[in-house]
Amino acid sequence: MSAPSIVVAPPRSVRRQGIDVAGLVFAGALLLALLFSLAVLAVLVGSQLSKGLPVFVDRGVDFLTSDLSSNPAKAGVAQGLIGTAMLVVIVAICAFPIGIMTAIYLEEYSANNRFARLIDINIRNLAGVPSVVYGILGLTVFVGLLAGLGDGNGKTVISGGLTLAVLILPLVIITSAEAIRAVPSALREAGFGLGASRWQVVRQLILPAAAPGILTGTVLALSRAIGETAPLILIGAVLGSFSTAGQLGDLVTGPYTALPAIIYDWAKRPQQEFQALTSAAIIVLLAVTIIANAAAVLLRNRYSRQW
Amino acid sequence: MTAASTPAPGSRLRGTANRRRNEGAIRAVLLAAAVVSILISVGIVLSLIFEAISFLSQIQLSQLFADGWFPRRGQFSISTVVVGTMIVAVVAMAIAAPIGLGSAIYLSEYASPRVRGIVKPVLEILAGVPSVVLGFFALTWISPNVVQAIFTGAKGFNLLAAGIGVGILTIPLVASISEDAMRAVPAALREASVGLGARKLRTSVRVVVPAAISGIVAAMILAVSRAIGETMVVALAAGATAGSLFTFNPLGPGQTLTGAMVSLAAGSDQVTGATAAFQSLFFLGLLLFLATLGLNVLGDAFVRRTRQKY
Repeated sequence: MSAPSIVVAPPRSVRRQGIDVAGLVFAGALLLALLFSLAVLAVLVGSQLSKGLPVFVDRGVDFLTSDLSSNPAKAGVAQGLIGTAMLVVIVAICAFPIGIMTAIYLEEYSANNRFARLIDINIRNLAGVPSVVYGILGLTVFVGLLAGLGDGNGKTVISGGLTLAVLILPLVIITSAEAIRAVPSALREAGFGLGASRWQVVRQLILPAAAPGILTGTVLALSRAIGETAPLILIGAVLGSFSTAGQLGDLVTGPYTALPAIIYDWAKRPQQEFQALTSAAIIVLLAVTIIANAAAVLLRNRYSRQW
Repeated sequence: MTAASTPAPGSRLRGTANRRRNEGAIRAVLLAAAVVSILISVGIVLSLIFEAISFLSQIQLSQLFADGWFPRRGQFSISTVVVGTMIVAVVAMAIAAPIGLGSAIYLSEYASPRVRGIVKPVLEILAGVPSVVLGFFALTWISPNVVQAIFTGAKGFNLLAAGIGVGILTIPLVASISEDAMRAVPAALREASVGLGARKLRTSVRVVVPAAISGIVAAMILAVSRAIGETMVVALAAGATAGSLFTFNPLGPGQTLTGAMVSLAAGSDQVTGATAAFQSLFFLGLLLFLATLGLNVLGDAFVRRTRQKY
């Protein structure tokens, strides 16, 4: 034995050199978890394409321009597309101004008092209310109100649009408020320092700076409204297979349907032909919502600024 | 000019009367918009409560403990729909909790910025898939290719397929809230752990996850709330369009809170007017509203705890 060395060898645990099996297994498991979602999305889209694309091959745009029918060879989604488009317009007109104004109030005007906190908590909770419950609100308030005004049974595209507008309002408020909060306060202070009023600061400095974020939020909210089904079913958007002959006036005051409601109706039918039609309608709906979502994400990535 | 005749600088800075009036009007309009959200909440609560009370006053208490949920026959078994809902929620969480949390750990601790940039948008697209689409997928793909392939006795409509579908819909929610919580953990904690010789696995599991536990718990609670409220997947894939007997069997059809509501509005249970069967819709809505509200308040409390911690 030689004299003890001054240099102490590091303990084994620090010197580890072998392959870290546990670490690799863990990383692999995590990656699998992540890939699961991608795989599900791929299988979902693939299965719908394989069943639905033949419908488009056989019938082309005829599927998009035909009315509902109990004959699967003739049935199309034209009424659903018109209904969904009208719903989107009503939702945009009602929810966006109120939502953005609420966000401006919460972020720029309200003192941090009890009332502002109440509104804040209230909006958070509204965002978590299941969509089917909004259907009940639509049923008692909007359908009841329109029926009371003497317009048939009140189950029209207007009550449907108002219900969806209420449904996405919290989403619009939360995303707009986040976008406004991300604008640095230096911008505000500079505006006030130049003698601008609060509204001038909001209108000319804050809103332009927050616009991309607000736009992203509103597009996502619209995409959510396009795909919502449960509240529409509660307030009467499912029509079975009868067709509404369409003057424009009848569209607003008469019965209506929407693309997701048609999907629900067809999905329940046992005939094989309707299963293919369901997939074809799903392709249309997915195309619309995925394009809207992708546009929103791209918009955010393109215009998001680091302050 | 003497100092005495000059108006105080504060009052001059407040602007002319005209300008102040305009500003006041704008503030009032914005406030009115904010009040709309309160009115919506009040509207939801009122529209649920009155009809639900009317429902309870029309039926005998024993009808709430019948053999099953058959609204047209006056059988309103609460336990049937509650157990159905819980089966779906448990299955959904069995899918969404591990996969959502695993994805979150990977995205927060392992993924390069490039991978994150690709995977995050895909998760967001999955979150944007309409639930009626997932319902059809659960019924026509998951049920035959997964559930019936594993369990030979399973029916075409079954709670298990519905639960898996709901779970898939909740994965992005779990992943995004958990990831936010883990990214909020300061890098100093990770560096300290690595400095003590821990490797990535140990750092992730023993340091980052415990530090982010409030946010992760919040993600799970909010996911349960979402799963309970999810409607279209259950309405299509769980299959009990005409009521259901009390069942614990996830391999057969069953009824849930939300599924029963859709059945009442559009399925074979469809009824209208001020009958007890129609008003049971509002009673179910009230139960659902209270359950999700309770979970959301709890989840929000946990989310706030994470934010305050560091």
